[in-house]
Amino acid sequence: MNINARGLHFKDLNAQVRAAAARDIVIDNCLGQRYIGSGLAGKNLVINGLPGNALGAYLDGSQIKVYGNTQEATGDTMNEGEIVIFGDAGDATGYAMRGGRIFVQGNSGYRTGIHMKEYQDKIPVVVIGGRVGSFLGEYQAGGVIVVLGIGQSGQLPVGYFTGTGMHGGKIFLRTDFEPEGLPPQVICREATAEDKQQILGYVQDFCAYFGGEPQQLLAPKFYVLLPNTKNPYKQLYVNN
Amino acid sequence: MSVDFFYPEYEIVRDQNRCISCRVCERQCANCVHAFDEASGKMYADDSKCVNCHRCVSLCPTRALKIVKSGNTFKTNSNWTNDYMKEIYRQANSGGVLLSSMGNPADFPVYWDKILINASQVTNPSIDPLREPMETRTFLGKKPAKIERDCDGNIITKMEPNLELALPVLFGGMSYGAISYNAHASLAQAAKSCGTFYNTGEGGLHKDFYQYGTNTIVQVASGRFGVYKDYLNAGAAIEIKIGQGAKPGIGGHLPGLKIVGDISQTRMIPQGTDAISPAPHHDIYSIEDLHQLVYSLKEATDYQKPIIVKIAAVHNVAAIASGVARSGADIIAIDGFRGGTGAAPTRIRDNVGIPIELALASVDQRLRDEGIRGNISVICGGSIRNSTDVVKAIALGADAVYIATAALLAMGCHLCRSCHTGNCNWGIATQKPELVKRLNPEIATQRLINLLNAWEHEITEIMGGMGINSIEALRGNRLMLRGIGLTEKELEILGIKHAGE
Repeated sequence: MNINARGLHFKDLNAQVRAAAARDIVIDNCLGQRYIGSGLAGKNLVINGLPGNALGAYLDGSQIKVYGNTQEATGDTMNEGEIVIFGDAGDATGYAMRGGRIFVQGNSGYRTGIHMKEYQDKIPVVVIGGRVGSFLGEYQAGGVIVVLGIGQSGQLPVGYFTGTGMHGGKIFLRTDFEPEGLPPQVICREATAEDKQQILGYVQDFCAYFGGEPQQLLAPKFYVLLPNTKNPYKQLYVNN
Repeated sequence: MSVDFFYPEYEIVRDQNRCISCRVCERQCANCVHAFDEASGKMYADDSKCVNCHRCVSLCPTRALKIVKSGNTFKTNSNWTNDYMKEIYRQANSGGVLLSSMGNPADFPVYWDKILINASQVTNPSIDPLREPMETRTFLGKKPAKIERDCDGNIITKMEPNLELALPVLFGGMSYGAISYNAHASLAQAAKSCGTFYNTGEGGLHKDFYQYGTNTIVQVASGRFGVYKDYLNAGAAIEIKIGQGAKPGIGGHLPGLKIVGDISQTRMIPQGTDAISPAPHHDIYSIEDLHQLVYSLKEATDYQKPIIVKIAAVHNVAAIASGVARSGADIIAIDGFRGGTGAAPTRIRDNVGIPIELALASVDQRLRDEGIRGNISVICGGSIRNSTDVVKAIALGADAVYIATAALLAMGCHLCRSCHTGNCNWGIATQKPELVKRLNPEIATQRLINLLNAWEHEITEIMGGMGINSIEALRGNRLMLRGIGLTEKELEILGIKHAGE
């Protein structure tokens, strides 16, 4: 079914989405409506236009495709499902994700993938085609973040303070340059063939949505960031 | 001895005439204080490891043990106190941030103890709660500003979602991780039995406790541990934790040694690594951003759950509360600077924030002045120690109170303030299976129920004495309070008169 979002308040739009019996829903003329797909399960949503903040927050197993850019907090605390953005994403994309996948064709803002978590086989994934702002993967406790840096000519595709407070998960950066100024709790090393094998599937899916050759994308140098378990945060404290 | 040697602050005194060397103290102490000496056949204690939790004292069958403050002291100095000196030594040795547990123990004024309650004499006679009905039922959430009718003239009864409490006392947020499975089980069962609510804290909800959902408040904090749709829908209300009284402006930090097994699963973080919940929500920088989180939660739960916003009592608390009341939140929880914690930097715990009594009074007044008091209910906590604290809080303007330290005490906590070590001998603030099993959930549940029942009796007695038969009539009724030994300014902020006026 199609919903024309022109002039609709977010409450009305989201109520229509929740009430819809159809599995496949297309939202046209979307302009800034927030919380679309909040906690939504079992639907396929196509959004034409510009959804507002907190798109797919707590998403619980739906697919959302956005033909346009998204604003802040896309996929906030999402649990399952997939968000595919044919454009750029705003700040705090994938905040505290605990499952599911987010693919962004273009760039993503500050604080992408912060607080991501994982448990056993439930591993959230964020793949960004272009570059991201500062604070990528802050406090990351799990999951996989891949920044492909397409069009960056090998320049570092991240801003400052990547991985601050990281204590789990992995960050992959496609770049010729090792990020500088990482905290002592984070290890950075060049990705091995084995590391790249781990993200091959994600890159293949990225290419399936946005085009490109997976092997070609994976060929250049990648750096991988991991928490340094030998240098935990508790050393900051003394019992009193 | 090195400069870092501290003579033990507390000494274990053992009456060797009474001691039967049964070794109970040795088995009960997770800090390995007690030991049996085969050669002499006697028990010995290493005071330096003792945290003064009283587990051994309580379980000694012959009352052979007591713990006393040791007489050893540095040269007396009112400026450089023993504590300040030791803290310097600790930091000079380690370079670390001082970490402590539970609420601010420092000697700041406790305003509850400087407020007196009124009673009726001759006129407006007192009420005997044993004979006459007393209403302590409380509803938390937005209240309609006016009666609305439909086109046929019938009153529209559709209300914003409210929490219904049998008495105006809830258990405050304590995470699964900070406290044990058995402690959570006890709080959940007691809340259900007493018609009130317990609060998950920020560590998510164990699968076993979803059955208590109708009596559960689920918390969403900056770390978003254990937050997903089922969790949000499991609870009766959702609390956004912005801050807590013990450490305003500081995030949570659950030591890695408490991240084991189910805790790791519930929080979805690796075993053994420290759980970091940063100070800010990284998507909240303004009241408008808070509004966004409130509504994303309302959308995710189809507007069925009241949303609570918990903030620490800080200097501008009244203005912040006004913003929260306009953010779409249904309830605001304010946590005073004496609130407890499983771990907080000592300097923050002991120096940041303001007393809940002053914060509560100024928030209630501000919301009334702005005509938005009905938009939001107010819960206060940190720290409520007894039923008269509850009565005074309600009369100062609270709709209900959170108790957490008091609930821990009811379960057996002896306030040794060592939660962050993970070695709680009472089975409460620990994840070690052999310690957790010491807390019997059935007994702890009953003790919590007893506490709430006792407080309810006392609250109705006190209300009856004032000639008030409904908690509604006590709410914000500051004429029922008088200050004692307070300055003009303190009285002005509290909005009460001095005793004798």
